[in-house]
Amino acid sequence: MSAPPSEQTAGGQIVTGPATWRGIAPRLARWELLLVVLLIGVLIYNAQLSQYFWDSQNILDDTSNFMEIGLLALPTTLIIIAGHIDLSVGSTAALASVIFADRFQAGWNVWLCCLAALAIGALAGLFNGLIITRVKIPSLVVTLGTFALYRGLANGILGNTEVSGFPDSFVGIDLRYLGTTHIPAPLIIFAIAAVLTIILLHGTVFGRYVFAIGNNEQASRFSGVAVDRVVVILFTLSGLVSAFAGLILTSRLQTSRGDLATNFELQAITAAVLGGANIFGGSGTIYGTVLALFVIGLLQNGLTLANISGDIQTIAIGVLLILSILLPGLARRGRVAFGRWKGGDAGRTKRLPAV
Amino acid sequence: MSVAAPGRRFTMDRRRLVNTVARFREFGILLVLLLLVVITAIGNHNFLSSTNIEGIALDTAILVILAIGETVVILTRNIDLSVGAVLGFSALFVGVVLKVHPGIPVPIALLLGAAVGLLFGLGNGLLVAFGEVPAIIATLGTLGIYRGLIFVYSTGSNQHEITASDLPNNFLALATQTFLGVKLFLIIPVLLILAAGYWLGQTQSGREMYAVGGNSTAARLAGINSRRTVLLAFALSGALAGLGGVLYLARYAQVDTLAGNGMELNVIAAVVIGGTSTLGGVGGVLGTLIGCVLLSVINNSLVLLTDPGSAQFWSRAVYGLVILGAVVADALITGRLQRALRRRRA
Repeated sequence: MSAPPSEQTAGGQIVTGPATWRGIAPRLARWELLLVVLLIGVLIYNAQLSQYFWDSQNILDDTSNFMEIGLLALPTTLIIIAGHIDLSVGSTAALASVIFADRFQAGWNVWLCCLAALAIGALAGLFNGLIITRVKIPSLVVTLGTFALYRGLANGILGNTEVSGFPDSFVGIDLRYLGTTHIPAPLIIFAIAAVLTIILLHGTVFGRYVFAIGNNEQASRFSGVAVDRVVVILFTLSGLVSAFAGLILTSRLQTSRGDLATNFELQAITAAVLGGANIFGGSGTIYGTVLALFVIGLLQNGLTLANISGDIQTIAIGVLLILSILLPGLARRGRVAFGRWKGGDAGRTKRLPAV
Repeated sequence: MSVAAPGRRFTMDRRRLVNTVARFREFGILLVLLLLVVITAIGNHNFLSSTNIEGIALDTAILVILAIGETVVILTRNIDLSVGAVLGFSALFVGVVLKVHPGIPVPIALLLGAAVGLLFGLGNGLLVAFGEVPAIIATLGTLGIYRGLIFVYSTGSNQHEITASDLPNNFLALATQTFLGVKLFLIIPVLLILAAGYWLGQTQSGREMYAVGGNSTAARLAGINSRRTVLLAFALSGALAGLGGVLYLARYAQVDTLAGNGMELNVIAAVVIGGTSTLGGVGGVLGTLIGCVLLSVINNSLVLLTDPGSAQFWSRAVYGLVILGAVVADALITGRLQRALRRRRA
């Protein structure tokens, strides 16, 4: 990208027509560059802590710990870009896992159990989508309700018992590798899912609708976008992917419990927002989410290596999340104030809404 | 429109009904509560016993205190996800302080908890109002940070748990002492509800909360300092959560690093069920009070009407259903009302 006068775009010059991308792309590129720098920093930090960290086997195996969250983060990003939020993904993953275990105990074939779990997940997402679009309740409230409902169903079905003893063909997905390489299966599954989501969001009309709805729902409606249908599809997809992540988690942990995947929704949202998705909708990329996921996952890995307990690790994640929003905002306001001080009128120009 | 036209008497009455219901949005949720009370009372005669009612009241007390602050925050079109973590920190912190200095009088302990909460709340408020970080992101982050700080503090002070034997008797008496036949413990939330109701309804700074949440541009044009208003809302929410932590400590006399974990969802559920809109500017503490009582009664009914062993596992599912049921019913009723009002204007 030939460098446009970036100071001006950042200051808020109105860019029109096809030039829109010229205004946005550098900003996104800058954000993702920042994430890459952050990722390199985390890698160096990790390497300092343990001489074994750079062992490729180790670094690849570590990724299996956060691939389920990564899977949840993909539809979460789409939903956030569309201006909605889904707090129920962790609960849906747990419900799917429990349904799987329950049907397994009932003597069903293990793959049939997987299908049942996926179907329940899609239904759970569909239910979210229908209430949001038909009754017109904010998705935050609806999914707060189903967050409790799905978790409660999972807890109720299994009580405080846990189910294990699944066949070898199902368990241990993280111990399988691609051919003779050291690449574990969850990483490959996540890579495929990420590529599919990138194509869906950045390469299809459906993806443009997602951005359009997040930018201005009413305008999208008036332009003939089937807003409700897109939102229902997004939430159904989210439920389906959550169930899939629940199955992978069950396979990796080799057991199923009602309290599986607790707090996963927060980590998925953190990955999406740290990755640059605008919580008010309208902008974001899958590339950013993937980078942010690795920053968070590897940072947690490093903190564990440094013997910092998981409970205290939440501070680092929280600080990262807040700074990722706070600093760019402060920088932008600083530039605007600077522009005004210099006597230009960049500060007063209406800022271009993000794509 | 000829208001006094004789042939319109019937429409007049209906109009008045629509007006009454519109003004009292808490009506529907109150009906649900009454229905639940009747069903549970028929199913189990212990429900209306004074011990059980007192238990429900004590459970509700802590929830109400947090929910008042959350109501104010949601009225300004924000959200505070960190209240459970603030409660947990305050409970453990005040517990450790009381263990080390048993001579501290009870009011000072309460103020200490509120002050700790106020600091956390100011942190949230500064991020949202002056840092321009969306509230859901800011408090999602501080939820993690404050919860992590509980562990840092408990590791640093080497106090991982506070039990009844660590606490002075005059502090524990907070949950048992009565004043004019009413538990001292219950007087605090009652006073707070009354104060918050008056403040939000009758004073300028209270009305500004609605103004900022309803239409922040209009509020700014009307000369309201919306940054200061939002900061105040978060500071209040933090201080109340801190105060709730001290009451939590007195009531359960057993606090570990996980105290209040996940409580923010119950608090938000109570506020939303009580009719305060997450879109800001609509609602109030009276509805929140009813929402809190409803949640406590549901919990209690589950224990009384089902096998206590399984009740604890299904309770979250019932919670979820009630939240959904309440907001769906509210949306449908509001929709119908708006149509009725539009027809009347036409």
